[in-house]
Amino acid sequence: MRRFITLFCYQLHLMAISFSTYAAAFLFLSFMALMYLVGLVEISVGPSRQSPTELFLSIFWVPVLFLVPLITMKSLSEERRMGTLGTLMTTPVSAWQIVLSKFLACYFFYVILWVATLAFPLITAMYMPRTAVDARIFDIWQIGTGYAFIFVSGAMYVAVGIFASSLTRSTLVSGMLSFCMLFFAIIGSGLLSNFPLPESGAMALLTKPAEYMQTFKHLEDFSMSIMDTRPFFFYLSTALLLLSFTSLITESKNA
Amino acid sequence: MAEDLQDCANSVVVRRLTKTYGGIRAIDGVSFRIGKGEVVGFLGPNGAGKSTTMRILAGMMPATSGTAHICGISVANFPEKTRNIVGYMPENNPLPEDLRVVEYLRFRARLKGVPAHDVKRRVDEVMKTCELHRKAARRVIGNLSKGFRQRVGIADAILSNPNVIIMDEPTIGLDPHQILAIRKLVASLRGKMSVIISSHILPEIELMCDRVIIINQGIIVASGSPERLRNEFIKDENYEVSLKCEPDEFAKVLSSILDDISIKSVSNADAEGYRDYVLKAPVGRDIGAVLISELSKDTRYALRSLSHKKPSLEEIFMAATRRSWDEVRSVGSSEKTAEEDMK
Repeated sequence: MRRFITLFCYQLHLMAISFSTYAAAFLFLSFMALMYLVGLVEISVGPSRQSPTELFLSIFWVPVLFLVPLITMKSLSEERRMGTLGTLMTTPVSAWQIVLSKFLACYFFYVILWVATLAFPLITAMYMPRTAVDARIFDIWQIGTGYAFIFVSGAMYVAVGIFASSLTRSTLVSGMLSFCMLFFAIIGSGLLSNFPLPESGAMALLTKPAEYMQTFKHLEDFSMSIMDTRPFFFYLSTALLLLSFTSLITESKNA
Repeated sequence: MAEDLQDCANSVVVRRLTKTYGGIRAIDGVSFRIGKGEVVGFLGPNGAGKSTTMRILAGMMPATSGTAHICGISVANFPEKTRNIVGYMPENNPLPEDLRVVEYLRFRARLKGVPAHDVKRRVDEVMKTCELHRKAARRVIGNLSKGFRQRVGIADAILSNPNVIIMDEPTIGLDPHQILAIRKLVASLRGKMSVIISSHILPEIELMCDRVIIINQGIIVASGSPERLRNEFIKDENYEVSLKCEPDEFAKVLSSILDDISIKSVSNADAEGYRDYVLKAPVGRDIGAVLISELSKDTRYALRSLSHKKPSLEEIFMAATRRSWDEVRSVGSSEKTAEEDMK
């Protein structure tokens, strides 16, 4: 456990001294601040069925598509290219410990950035207390469940990024792979629902899994404060599976 | 566990180790033992299988077949346990560019299980040993010269006081002062830790190591002390003579004294008319005294110097690898002949 904590702290330290971390944080927070402002403007011009928090969370996938590749693309590919992954493997740590520490460091950063966006409703409430009450800006349940979705789904998205990073030595290729995989996981599953699947036959078997993977449906449920355990299981088990594959790849490519 | 490990007479025991990449055998049935506290040089041309053997011993990659034990622990069955007792410095010594030397070594010490209260003291100790404690300690690794980077790698390898240290080309890129420091460092480890060093700088290996293992085409072609290998592989001894005498005349003198001495090479006469001869004589025949007495009889021959040239490790290495290539070639040609016979 001590070695794992050492590895985790080392990964955090590497992220803290890396320029790309700050670039990602700046881009993400700027974009999210802009989106929150757009949401506020929308409710100010006329009545809206959605609260700014709902509007804000509904576009979560846009920053995810660039934030996750930016924070994960260097994690394993860069270490493999430099050969430092091999040096790390000369110590008594397992590939699984290395992969998990990298995942947790990236996930920690992902969560921190999303937590930082809580400052937007806080600032709004501070300077416009009446608007905040009227527009349900501080609906604790909605914020809680919405962010719970972001954190749970984030575990899978970060695991996708780490997995993509283990496949290649090139940071750029790793980033592009990660972007494509995330695009397919978030948007692709949504597009799949637009295709009417036959009600009988082999293709009908795909209906349930396609429904099960609907990211936007999950977000909708969470935003309405519906806590279903199935998305939890889906995102966390997929993350675990991807991390296991990453560990195997890391071990085999180093041998 | 450390006490149990100390009891092992052999720190490293390798039996019939084989590693194949696709259809290519990088090492083929390699077997050797390394005693506790022994310093062993691992030699071989490029692609001979040195790094593969070292990586297997360090628990970084599995062997295709065969066994390797470090202090009685099977490397294949307990790779993480093995890494606890092996300090490995890989070839090219990759290091994280963004960290400071002291940060990196402290991180490695914690990973290698150095007790938390001992990390600072131990890191300071190895930095002093490798002369990193002055300016280099606070410098970013990416800004260090090749020599300093090598020192960081060596400091890392000895950090946790491992039972076995494996260093792949540790002196590459070092200046003579640094090489001397590494030589001193290895000498200080003798008797305490088993050290395996691979290098292309053969005089260094000869100076540092108790024993040499020569590997070629994945097979161990020679093993033993440099002296033993000299007797095994070198059939002729060389003498260097600086003499004022024409080659034909000198050849006649030599044949009149001993018939199995010949001139191996001769230089052009210098301004004073002296030529440098290299003579080839069978091993064990001391021709020095005879030659001096014969040449001093005739006043026409002015002898300036005569010295016995001890065969270097380089010559042993060349002879051993050449013999293994010849063997492989002869096996290849006999196999070819057998195939042709079958047709």
